[in-house]
Amino acid sequence: MEGIYGILEAILPLDAFRFNFMKNALLAVLLLTPLLGLLGTMAVNHQMAFFSDALGHSALTGIGLGIVLGLHNDLLAMLVFGVVWAVLICLIKQSGSASTDTIISVFSSTSVAAGLLILARGGQFAKYSALLIGDILAVTPQDLLYLLLALIGTVILWAALYNPLLMTSVDPMLARSRGIRTRLIECGFVVLVAVAVMLSIRWVGVMLINALLILPAASGRNLAGTSRQHAAWSVGIALASGLLGLTASYYLDTSAGATIVIVSAVFYAVSLMVRGIRK
Amino acid sequence: MLHHCALCHIDLDRISVRRGGQVLLQDVSMHIHCGQLTVLIGQNGAGKTTLIRALLGQIPHAGVIRHVDSRGLDIPHLRTGYVPQVLQFDREMPLTVQDYLASAVSRRPVWTGIGKKTKEKVRQMLRDVDAEALAERPLGRCSGGELQRVLLALALEPAPDLLVLDEPVSGIDRNGMRMFLDTLMELRKTRHMAILLVSHDLHFVREYADHVVLLEKSVLTQGTPEEVFASPEFSNVFGTGEEDS
Repeated sequence: MEGIYGILEAILPLDAFRFNFMKNALLAVLLLTPLLGLLGTMAVNHQMAFFSDALGHSALTGIGLGIVLGLHNDLLAMLVFGVVWAVLICLIKQSGSASTDTIISVFSSTSVAAGLLILARGGQFAKYSALLIGDILAVTPQDLLYLLLALIGTVILWAALYNPLLMTSVDPMLARSRGIRTRLIECGFVVLVAVAVMLSIRWVGVMLINALLILPAASGRNLAGTSRQHAAWSVGIALASGLLGLTASYYLDTSAGATIVIVSAVFYAVSLMVRGIRK
Repeated sequence: MLHHCALCHIDLDRISVRRGGQVLLQDVSMHIHCGQLTVLIGQNGAGKTTLIRALLGQIPHAGVIRHVDSRGLDIPHLRTGYVPQVLQFDREMPLTVQDYLASAVSRRPVWTGIGKKTKEKVRQMLRDVDAEALAERPLGRCSGGELQRVLLALALEPAPDLLVLDEPVSGIDRNGMRMFLDTLMELRKTRHMAILLVSHDLHFVREYADHVVLLEKSVLTQGTPEEVFASPEFSNVFGTGEEDS
């Protein structure tokens, strides 16, 4: 860890990064933002922005259930619940019974209500309010190790899923005629997003997680012409927002998560203008 | 008629499809010969798309679909290529024709880039359908006719035993359609496959088809274009002298 800290200090000779908690936060940002930026490309192409928002909200229920069941590990409770929730939404969506928007909204509001019901019992919610806005300055070296492993795992799975998922986004029936198991692929992607969201939520917060998934990818979409450019822009903008936002939050004394999101929103506005000029 | 390859055919034997108590297809039997262009005609709701979906194995059906050689022995595998009528997708997606085709034929995720070999393969696929110039074009900016060529290129890889095309009702002008059909005729000559086309343009059917099947839940009549167009069943469905549906 000391070696990594040393490198960071050499690269970023800023006052802000004298402290280890800022270095840890920086490393977390460097791991999280590209992960979310990459997954975000397909979330926007697959029109799943609303879905990932609902997924973030379900973290509240996950923790609530974890408490009811007496689990001490919040992360595990959130992960298990997030994945189950994601698969459920996916299955209901595929059964085609009602419009996707409506289904997701039902799931989202139910999970928020259920989470609040449990967490706010006896006026205890203040204990969990950090979950809403996240706290990236509380990242420990051990968390970083988990994040690194998650990043590697996600990228590997992502590599396997991407092409069939792309075929599915363009035309599911055509994809099926080519032997792609579209439902399995879609659910696999949804689970991947669920895992990434749950891993990040403690640092970014329920209210902002979706912005980190969607904003860089949406900006990238405005600038890119090919799949590769989309991924590159999205990851680049996610990283830049993370870096700039975290640094700015130190000097402005603002919430790191919120500052990062504001910076990505600025990137989005710029990307829209660039797109308008090109047209 | 033209019969470049008499070796095999696809044998549909009494195909029926029911959904929710409704009969969509009733005992459809026909042969689709290798090296021939078989054209399916009929009015809207006649079950043409249903038959295609049954052929592609996407909906359950009664009856048997066999792929048989000249001696009537089963060939175990039937590989189908499919060109859908329309592609309903998000036209703003950052995705080139090359990205799309590469995602179908290569395992390497296209967001990491496209390898040299795959690039060459995609170019070849597009060359085969006279659409090489489209490689770098965003998929969402292709015209109806261009998109149809891209989809044809995709349907031909891997080489199918049966190519199924659902002809677009709109979005392609007659000139574009003629060029597309000429490409198809060229492929029919050079490749070992059967072609089934759902068509809405009876002028083209008369000009290009080797075998015509008139469908109305079941097969009303089938034969050469001359035979079918002269039949009383055809007059009943399309009226006499009226050649466009």
